[in-house]
Amino acid sequence: MSAPSSYEQAAGSRLYLWVWVWLLGLTGVEIFLGYEHLPLNLMLTLLMGISVIKAALIMAYFMHLRFERLSLFLTLVPALVLCICLILIFFFPDSLRLHELRPQ
Amino acid sequence: MAEAHTQAVAGSRWGGGAAPYAIGSKKLGMWLFIISDALTFSVLILAYSYVRVASPDWPAPFPFYPAIVYASVMTFFLLSSSVTMVMAVSAAHRGNHRRAVQWLLATMAGGAGFVLLHLREWLHLIHEGVRPFSNPWGAPLFGGTFFGLTGMHMLHVTVGVIYLGVIAWGFGRKRFSSEDVEVSGLYWHFVDLVWMFLFPLVYLLSIKTP
Repeated sequence: MSAPSSYEQAAGSRLYLWVWVWLLGLTGVEIFLGYEHLPLNLMLTLLMGISVIKAALIMAYFMHLRFERLSLFLTLVPALVLCICLILIFFFPDSLRLHELRPQ
Repeated sequence: MAEAHTQAVAGSRWGGGAAPYAIGSKKLGMWLFIISDALTFSVLILAYSYVRVASPDWPAPFPFYPAIVYASVMTFFLLSSSVTMVMAVSAAHRGNHRRAVQWLLATMAGGAGFVLLHLREWLHLIHEGVRPFSNPWGAPLFGGTFFGLTGMHMLHVTVGVIYLGVIAWGFGRKRFSSEDVEVSGLYWHFVDLVWMFLFPLVYLLSIKTP
């Protein structure tokens, strides 16, 4: 059931190497941000934003989702958006208020 | 157009139906597994975020060396093994069995390197006195969430290395098709993807500031 022809068209190894370079670069940015003294709110927003971009790159190119039929994309992505919401629901936004309410 | 489409679907009703996603059943099955596994990891992270936000004295025990350096090298290993995995899938679709097996072995080496480095990190923390329900620094559940999240992920990497080994063995003997290699690739990239969230949430948010 695989489609070698479309796979070959999509799959220059140069493209994969570029995605790899981008993922490494974004990881470097994340590590740099980890050492910046940012407010927790902003830090989480930036880190999770970059992580979502990295996840999207992996799914689109490595997992080949960009080259699949749109129906598959529309089936999978809402479920993954739900996962992202689950990850963030306690971090944002009310939970961060707790940090500010704490006695220092 | 629409009528032709309806007819195609209706006509195939007794012939096994149409393939709405135009992918094989193995690939669809792996995607569905990935969705359910993503929910499992999400809920683990949900528990971690709840405990972390609810604890006033959450420890930040990871120094630049060894923890952050090791975790960064581990990230490098996983990302690179994803590239060798797409090379393996590409070679498999071209019908180049020997090359595909070589790339699969490289992918397994990346995964094994990740697990070894992570185990070292675990032993280091255990040596420092971190236990699932106690640690020398603060909130007692730190160890529980750390070992729970990273242990679940390490289990996935370990299973992935074994899975890829079986696929490499079978594909090298031409018992498995290139689709089987592609489906194992989906699993491997997902394990990589999960680490993209665990690395910042577990490590980068708990950096020890001098």
